[in-house]
Amino acid sequence: MVAAPDVPRASAEALLRSEPAKRPRNMGQILRWLLLFIGGILMVMPIAYMISTSLKWPHEVYNVNLIPEEPTIENYTYVLEDGRFYWWFVNSIIIATITTICNLLFDSLVGYTLCKFRFPGRTIVFIAILSTLMIPTEMLVIPWYLMSQSFGWLDSYWGIMFPGLMTAFGTFLMKQFFESVPDDFIEAARIDGLNELQIWWTVAMPLVKPALAALAIFVFLGNWTAFLWPLIVTNSVDMYTIPVGLSGFGDEADVAWELIMTGAAISTIPTLVVFLIFQRFIIRGVVMAGLKG
Amino acid sequence: MANLSLHQLTKSYGTTEVLHGISLDVADGEFVVLVGPSGCGKSTTLRMIAGLEETTSGIIEIGGREVNNLEPKERDIAMVFQNYAIYPHMSVKKNIAFGLRSSKLPKADKEKRIQEVAGILDMVPLLDRKPSQLSGGQRQRVAIGRAMVRDPAVFLFDEPLSNLDAQLRTQMRLEIKKLHQRVGNTIIFVTHDQVEAMTMADRIVIMKDGYIQQVGTPEEVFHKPANTFVARFIGAPSMNLLEGRVSGGAVSLGAGPEVRVPALRKSGGDVLLGVRPDDLHPGSGNPIVTGTVSLREPLGSETLIYVDTALGEITAKADGRTPPEVGATVELGAEPQNLHVFDKSSGEALT
Repeated sequence: MVAAPDVPRASAEALLRSEPAKRPRNMGQILRWLLLFIGGILMVMPIAYMISTSLKWPHEVYNVNLIPEEPTIENYTYVLEDGRFYWWFVNSIIIATITTICNLLFDSLVGYTLCKFRFPGRTIVFIAILSTLMIPTEMLVIPWYLMSQSFGWLDSYWGIMFPGLMTAFGTFLMKQFFESVPDDFIEAARIDGLNELQIWWTVAMPLVKPALAALAIFVFLGNWTAFLWPLIVTNSVDMYTIPVGLSGFGDEADVAWELIMTGAAISTIPTLVVFLIFQRFIIRGVVMAGLKG
Repeated sequence: MANLSLHQLTKSYGTTEVLHGISLDVADGEFVVLVGPSGCGKSTTLRMIAGLEETTSGIIEIGGREVNNLEPKERDIAMVFQNYAIYPHMSVKKNIAFGLRSSKLPKADKEKRIQEVAGILDMVPLLDRKPSQLSGGQRQRVAIGRAMVRDPAVFLFDEPLSNLDAQLRTQMRLEIKKLHQRVGNTIIFVTHDQVEAMTMADRIVIMKDGYIQQVGTPEEVFHKPANTFVARFIGAPSMNLLEGRVSGGAVSLGAGPEVRVPALRKSGGDVLLGVRPDDLHPGSGNPIVTGTVSLREPLGSETLIYVDTALGEITAKADGRTPPEVGATVELGAEPQNLHVFDKSSGEALT
């Protein structure tokens, strides 16, 4: 009878001893969540504010409240019924889509060539391509403009698209990803009788799908939100892209923020769609499955 | 099916020559294994035959036709890679069918051929799987299937078994050999594993530093090694090489007895006496050397003994039931016809 209470006491002590050891981990967890929460708020706020503003009447726009006092979808009706917005949307879709497809094709072709073929001057070509990354867009705008002018591409799709049909960044990204495609695959295909273009398309490209998906998202978003160059190269309102068009909403005296935010809210839809389509291709480890791990 | 011949094949990278004039004739339907340590040029030779490496000089002929300037696809060859190189984004069936892409066979015939190959390789239930759902051995079988489906004149295997575990390797070794007996195509097989070479080959080509050391049947290279390199490379454990001097028809080994060697082609000078552990036993007639047992490795039916002698450590084989104890003094002997003599400076065989 005397010895019996010892057992629960011992385990209670053990529990007490383990308590301080657990606490710092919980604190760390809480701190991490807090940081993530703050980060999340910072990311979501602008989007929430954009949607909130798009639901406000003009007189309420400069109030900082998140919930509009008298919510309205009047702005959406206005923007969607305004013929100009429709054209800007179409322009942006055409430009971003064509540019994305061209980047996927050209960047991966050049990246593949630089990665898998040995030829004199290969390194120099690669360095030359990389070094263009160091030149800011602002410096290139004037030469681009003069080129567009002499080609007769001002105020046209070609004019807007041509500087971005191939990018140094995309070439670099694809080259690095092709490094992960083992030469054995390419040599096996060569022995199986494929020509180099067929090898690139049927063997190498499917193996770098994650990189292609990432590149597609980058290029599409980049072109969807591009502002400076489309603003410079286009003159007529019909050729504007969404960012250029939205910036002109309102009149000289006032900026119509509620309309700009409405346009911006609508224009996020395609980027979401692109992201949802391509993110499922970003699956790691596809390349290694056919080889001994 | 076709024969293959290499004439004075060389390969240089910049100013460094890695293959120094290789010549080899492979008969139609022969299974030839190129074997050697890493860096000996065996894979380079294979890749040159495949057309994946350019030839610096020399001629490669497949079926009597010079193929030096032909693309890999025009050479009528198929290759199986060490890393399998089966396409991860295609099913097993598509992988096998890939070998037939450039073929002009009607679709029905292609399908028949794929089923036939899958049947031979026992892969019919796996045809719809992706490579990631297969084991290492199955993946290698898919790679072999992709090569087989084209029925090439020459099969090239580049160390196809080295990524498999020991048990699977033994099994695949048998499968490839059976396959060769069944389809009868010419096979060039590269490996660094002498056991693979011995068990599979009709003829073995032993290479070192870009030179062919010896070409012969497994029996020839084992029983009549052309030089000390071949003698030590083939056979496990390696052949013992003991320094000695030739005088008359016998070799004297330091303080030990004179050893008579039949058919010796040298009458004086320094030599190396070679004797395989399998031929060297304690207490047999014709004693060669005496020493103390320092270590025993029981193998079941036999026991490997390591013996310290005045000539260095020697490996020998003793009976598995009553092997000498560690520390015991043993007299090792071998039959005269199992002795090999090599020139000490050149390493060339003298028997």
